[in-house]
Amino acid sequence: MDTVLFLVLRRMRAPLLLISTVYAVATLGLTAIPGIDDSGNIWYMDFFHAFYFVTFMGTTIGFGEIPYAFTDAQRLWALIFIYITVVTWIYTIGTILNLLQDETLKRAITQYQFKTTVAKLREPFYLICGYGDTGEMLVDALARRMIAAVVLEIKPERIDSLILGGHALYIPRLCADASDPENMILGGATHPMCQGVVALTDKNAVNLHIAITAKVLRPQVKVVCRAESHDIEANMASFGTDYIVDPFDTFAINLATALHAPHQHLLNAWLRSEAGDSLTEITDVEPGRWVLCGYGRFGKPIFEHLINQDMDVQVIEPNPEGQGAPANCVKGLGTEAVTLLEADIENAVGIVAGTNDDSNNLSIIVTARALNPNLFTVARQTEHFNRAVFRHSGANMVMAPSEVVARKIKTLLTNPRVDDFLSLAHAHSDDWAASLLRELEIVSPNRIPELWEIVINHEFAHAVSQALRNGEIVTIYHLLRDHTDRANALSAITLLHASATGSFCLPTIDTSLKAGDRLLFAGTRSSRSQMNWTLQNLTALEYVLTGEVSPQTIVGKWLFGD
Amino acid sequence: MNPEKVIYAFTIILAMTLNFGFFLGDMHIAGDHHVYELYAAIFVNAVATILKFGDRSHIGSVLLASSLVAVIQLVAAAGVWGFASYVIGTGLTPTALASVVSLSGGALLANLVSVTLLVIETVSLRR
Repeated sequence: MDTVLFLVLRRMRAPLLLISTVYAVATLGLTAIPGIDDSGNIWYMDFFHAFYFVTFMGTTIGFGEIPYAFTDAQRLWALIFIYITVVTWIYTIGTILNLLQDETLKRAITQYQFKTTVAKLREPFYLICGYGDTGEMLVDALARRMIAAVVLEIKPERIDSLILGGHALYIPRLCADASDPENMILGGATHPMCQGVVALTDKNAVNLHIAITAKVLRPQVKVVCRAESHDIEANMASFGTDYIVDPFDTFAINLATALHAPHQHLLNAWLRSEAGDSLTEITDVEPGRWVLCGYGRFGKPIFEHLINQDMDVQVIEPNPEGQGAPANCVKGLGTEAVTLLEADIENAVGIVAGTNDDSNNLSIIVTARALNPNLFTVARQTEHFNRAVFRHSGANMVMAPSEVVARKIKTLLTNPRVDDFLSLAHAHSDDWAASLLRELEIVSPNRIPELWEIVINHEFAHAVSQALRNGEIVTIYHLLRDHTDRANALSAITLLHASATGSFCLPTIDTSLKAGDRLLFAGTRSSRSQMNWTLQNLTALEYVLTGEVSPQTIVGKWLFGD
Repeated sequence: MNPEKVIYAFTIILAMTLNFGFFLGDMHIAGDHHVYELYAAIFVNAVATILKFGDRSHIGSVLLASSLVAVIQLVAAAGVWGFASYVIGTGLTPTALASVVSLSGGALLANLVSVTLLVIETVSLRR
């Protein structure tokens, strides 16, 4: 506020000085000019009346000549000062209006409002630096879960899009350079409720700078970064950046998983989707030769992961020497049939269109499919606004860096336990994943199940923690019962059980619970709210445990108690 | 030479001298305290206050505060004068005059503080 106030005061100095001077001279003159009262005596106006007269004269209100009719000399003085005071007022009002239009002042006011809004936040929030496509998806996912976020973005048009975004929560935002530590502090990087700083700008160096600033300002804050270069990633990791998400590596791993363990890949896709979305189909690809167009930062990790799975990969690259492509590389873009035929597209099982140009990638897909209709096609999408075209292109997999990053970070921030579960699940076989998928389909038919985490403590599981303190035994089986009729099971399954002894995938239902345990469930939304009854309500839990409801009131206990 | 400083020093010292001139004299004799002197003191003090608007330095804000105190005291003195003359209608009684003069005495103290601060600031510049 002080900046705003000082700016206003500084600008108002000249007009205020002018007004005071004009009023002072006009008042002084009136007291000095002799007048004649109603009985014809010489009379001098006193300061009180003079100031009163000048006040209504200056604002052109004009109550008339008081207390006696003026002499000509007094009228002459008033005549001169009517014009001077009016002009002075016009100048003053003009200055005020100008000030309100002033960009510096506007910026100061916006910054002040942002600062106070952020300082007043009393709930955990995340600071999102960069509101590009990734930032937008992430903020949307957070707002949908009622998790507060604060946005710093350098481009005004992106801020406009945030304002028009219509999120469920008010998202404090500032159009400012996130790499400036001052702006990060304004955005709450040092706020005690700040849970994490997410660096999502499109420049690696800026993300690095944000990460190091956030870690230095408040070491305990969680820092999540997007990075597209291995040097920068190593640098980020060196000072303890909690999560580094490389869209190209992440996608390469996804693709490799989809090829060798399709069920694992589908499990990943389901658990990272929004609850309620329709279920996606399994990607079924025959083993065989692959054609990879474009050996750049997208193509290289894919090449490595495919080679690691003993696949035969044919690279097409316009600049093989410059990119260090393998020796048998075909030179060209891959958009022409000649190049594709040279790469023996007719005997390949899949093609990856991975150049950094969307039109070229679409052209590669269409041309390749004309030559070999059975191809599995993977397309790289670089611009967010081309989303609709790629969706209709018929590509089996579309890799949009912004979506890959948003999906990954969303899980990390909103449900970190899902990430733990998926990394544990990765160690299991593809058949294990297939049977889990079947179970998920049973508890939540046709829709992506809701995922939720519970903690056995006083706040989130009042009834259960009380029962455990009384020495009763509560197992996962009890939590999965319907509290209105315990013969029915809730449509939910337990994915993860994390206790003092460690984390376990798919715990058996007779696992008994201890205080402080954390559980991850997947199921329908109604099961989630039903389970909350069992967790929090003593009567509901008692019924689930014993099948009986004991009398609650004093009279009831006296009459029916044992 | 910084013209801004010259103008401010001139104004605040003039405010103090005018204020002193009004204050000087017997507290109960109306002829010792001329209304024009009070008027000039109010105007010059107001100018000194406005000149300090938007000054972000620490000493600047203290100067703004002391000038504001002086303006308030002087306006209160003028208010007592006007109230005694027009609202009660008793004219300027010795009691009313005494409170007008003592209020302007308070303003004089505030102006003294301003001038002292100004001297300290000037001395500490060492140029």
